[in-house]
Amino acid sequence: MRAPSATDIAAGEVILAVENVSLGFGGVKALTDVSFDIRKGEVRAIIGPNGAGKTSMLNCINGFYHPTEGRITFKGKTRPKMRPHEAAAGGIARTFQNVALFKGMSTLDNIMAGRTLKMNRSFFWQILRHGPAMDEEIEHRKFVEEIIDFLEIQHIRKVPVGKLPYGLQKRVELGRALAMQPDVLLLDEPMAGMNLEEKEDMCRFILDVSNQYGTTIALIEHDMGVVMDLSDRVVVLEYGRKIADGTPDEVKRDQRVIDAYLGVAH
Amino acid sequence: MTDATISAREAKPLPKWAVVTGSIVAVVIAIVLANAAGLMPKGTLLHGALIKPFVDMVDLPDLFVQTIWEGFVGGVLYALIALGFVLIFKASGVFNFAQGIMVVFAGLTLVGVYEKFASFGFTGMIAAYLAVVVALGVMFLLAVAVERVVLRPLVNQPDIILFMATFGLTYLLIGLGETIYGGSAKVMIADQLGLPKGAIDFDILGGRVTLQKLDIAAAVIAVAMIAVLAFFFQYTRIGRALRAVADSHKAALSVGISLNQIWIIVWFTAGIVALITGIMWGARSDVSFGLQTIALKALPVLILGGFTSVPGAIVGGLIIGIGEKIGEFYWGPLFGNGIESWLAYVIALAFLMFRPQGLFGDKIIERI
Amino acid sequence: MFYREAGQYKTTYKADMAVFPLVQDRIGIIAILAIAFIGVPLLASEFIILSVMVPFLVFALAAIGLNILTGYTGLISLGTGAFMGVGAYACYKLTTIFPGVNIIVWIIVSGFFSAAIGVVFGLPSLRIKGFYLAVATLAAQFFLQWCFVRIPWLYNYNASGAIEVPERTLFGIAITGARATPEVRYLVLLSIVVVLAWLASNLVHGRIGRSWMAVRDMDIAAELMGIRLLPTKLLAFAVSSFYCGVAGACMMFLWYGGGEANDAFNVNQSFNVLFMVIIGGLGSLIGSFFGAFFISTLPTILKFGVPAIGIPLTGAFAEHLTHVMVGALIIFFLIVEPHGLARLWQIAKQKLRVWPFPY
Repeated sequence: MRAPSATDIAAGEVILAVENVSLGFGGVKALTDVSFDIRKGEVRAIIGPNGAGKTSMLNCINGFYHPTEGRITFKGKTRPKMRPHEAAAGGIARTFQNVALFKGMSTLDNIMAGRTLKMNRSFFWQILRHGPAMDEEIEHRKFVEEIIDFLEIQHIRKVPVGKLPYGLQKRVELGRALAMQPDVLLLDEPMAGMNLEEKEDMCRFILDVSNQYGTTIALIEHDMGVVMDLSDRVVVLEYGRKIADGTPDEVKRDQRVIDAYLGVAH
Repeated sequence: MTDATISAREAKPLPKWAVVTGSIVAVVIAIVLANAAGLMPKGTLLHGALIKPFVDMVDLPDLFVQTIWEGFVGGVLYALIALGFVLIFKASGVFNFAQGIMVVFAGLTLVGVYEKFASFGFTGMIAAYLAVVVALGVMFLLAVAVERVVLRPLVNQPDIILFMATFGLTYLLIGLGETIYGGSAKVMIADQLGLPKGAIDFDILGGRVTLQKLDIAAAVIAVAMIAVLAFFFQYTRIGRALRAVADSHKAALSVGISLNQIWIIVWFTAGIVALITGIMWGARSDVSFGLQTIALKALPVLILGGFTSVPGAIVGGLIIGIGEKIGEFYWGPLFGNGIESWLAYVIALAFLMFRPQGLFGDKIIERI
Repeated sequence: MFYREAGQYKTTYKADMAVFPLVQDRIGIIAILAIAFIGVPLLASEFIILSVMVPFLVFALAAIGLNILTGYTGLISLGTGAFMGVGAYACYKLTTIFPGVNIIVWIIVSGFFSAAIGVVFGLPSLRIKGFYLAVATLAAQFFLQWCFVRIPWLYNYNASGAIEVPERTLFGIAITGARATPEVRYLVLLSIVVVLAWLASNLVHGRIGRSWMAVRDMDIAAELMGIRLLPTKLLAFAVSSFYCGVAGACMMFLWYGGGEANDAFNVNQSFNVLFMVIIGGLGSLIGSFFGAFFISTLPTILKFGVPAIGIPLTGAFAEHLTHVMVGALIIFFLIVEPHGLARLWQIAKQKLRVWPFPY
């Protein structure tokens, strides 16, 4: 697939729209009246200081939290109380800030688990593990091996992920999300806690995913350099409110963003 | 935004308690009306389940009070076992399955030591209380041994492993108790300890309610012990350290609290609670390993109260104790009796479906 | 020296996904099956078969069942004994009502009854987690046990209040009842265990097994991958209870030959099976066999083995000592290897692989 150019994105169709979303836990408001959209094929960054509500935003998008107000439209459909597995079936995949891998399973099994939704052989064939069930298993194994090659993690294929170093775990988690062949990929701080080399690798993977598969990506990241290089558009949150939205250059010059990050002179 | 979405947003759902109370009231009214309309003649299953028990309660209020009292005393004892459990869970995060057997073991030790004294001709109250001291010493040694042999090597293992280790401890204590004291049931030395005997009768509500003095003593002692424990936790240095450990092991370690010391103290405290429970329970029936099954009843109590809440253990114990006595007495005959064996668990299970965090637990907010 | 994988290249994904990818493992499993099917019935004494092999196989089946629930799906259950009971009583009723149908069919079918009951008691697992769930399953244990005792229909109104296993035959040979020889019972049981263990291994190595483990390791992430929690957990409850139910039916019909629920299917039995699973290794089928063998034979070994080496033991004392030993060994094993005998087995294989070098 051809990578979408900047003009494509500017004119592109909206795949996911967040409208006036608010989220509260009892008395605490995590999000207040946030609206933005994600266009097909773009890399959309969500940035903001700690506690700005970025992760809460992702949690709303894939149905883990339900907004107290406002609505989220995905691929033209609005579902008020979408369950996480429905979001997954709709084509939203995600990675987590604190790696949420299946620690007791091998790298291979983790990524295979990402294929669960695409596998549908019945219990009967599963219990025999022959015929159609085996064919299906092999077909998906091929797909997973492609991801493993792409992410360069062949050597840890059969290692339980709990034993892997942090950087590799993040990579496996990306692989698991990719195995779902999502339309929208949500990445929650994919580079947190990595050294420079690992960060560069991860950047490369993200760009490749965007270019090769045309996957729409929304990512949260603290490293400003990374955000400015990777993303097509940036939305900035502070204290649960949106304070800026635009191309990296626009956002960089925005006075409120500068204040939020550097503090205001009193 | 369309009108429909606005109205949908404004129609806030009723609070949960209102829904629950409302539906209970509705059901009660429906039953009363159905009964008045003659839909449930005497002798049918529905009448037996929905009407007869309540009629019985109103007709013979003294019996009802007596049942509640029996349940209350049973509940106090459940609460005591649960209390020992909560102490350990709070401070070391261990689901201590052995708490029930610790009660038996402590009771057996007390009786065994007293019998030893008696074989030298040393009897009476002084000997009995000396035996209490010795039993406390044994419980202390047990606490030290558990800390050294079980907890310390298993620190940082998953919860289920520690849980299983306390299973091992249970078997070990059963075997040890049987080997040392023999497998037969023993009589608690209630007289020698100066516990009251006999009963007090009250004439109320046109009938008579009998309270065993021993039961009253059990309730009083339980309340006193809980008060002492509450004071200990709230106002002493060790209590503060305990609460710190309960909140976070790592943080407690980082401010210089010794985990090992705290664990010994907690297990010893649980041992003291076990000994007192053993005395009370033993005095009501006898000291035997049959108590172990009854000790399992402390588990639904914990579910109701939450694993970490001391008031929860007490309230939960009373709910379970009273609930199962009333259930057995008024509804038991309907099912052919013996429902006491599972009613507590079903009450707890039903309760959990509505409040998974227990009575006093905070609402769980899941994060990722 | 004998356990080398060098030179065994896998050229297809299918070969790589085999349960026993190494030639040595395949030879080993065939040898074990040959010994179990031919060697044991020919050579072993009646005592070994009835007191060691049959209990081991019955408990291995129950342990596989519980391992699917607790080891693979991460749901602790203390109701195993009761689910075994459901299988036993269902089998008893079925063979009473339809005596013409072969008993082996009913032993398997009774598993489905157990599975249905298991699903009912598994429903709370969506809202209740961890130890709370463990206590909730105690409700199943005590309620079902009460049913077994209080509903006389279940035990055919026998005066003894117990199951009395009738004689049933296969090709004219008695396989249950008093006339069934230990060898025949053992072979029937062994066949059931081998087939069911093979099916369990298929399940846990495929999509369903991965969903279970995903729910165990990180339920939130699993849900965000599209794995629906309730159906996955309920399926685990169903399959687990199926295995436990069949184990219970086997226990009554092929081992005890009759008995009462309060003895055979009490809460201690539930704990027993849980021990086996944990000592054997959570999330390991081979571990279920190790654990079942260890726990089920330990009392026998202590009872008959210790006097054999010259230490006299009276009956009661031996029983008490067994308690102490089992308790101490459980703690010992948990300290030495919290991941169970299966992990020790893996380590041993790894050592063999690189022998004579340490790494």
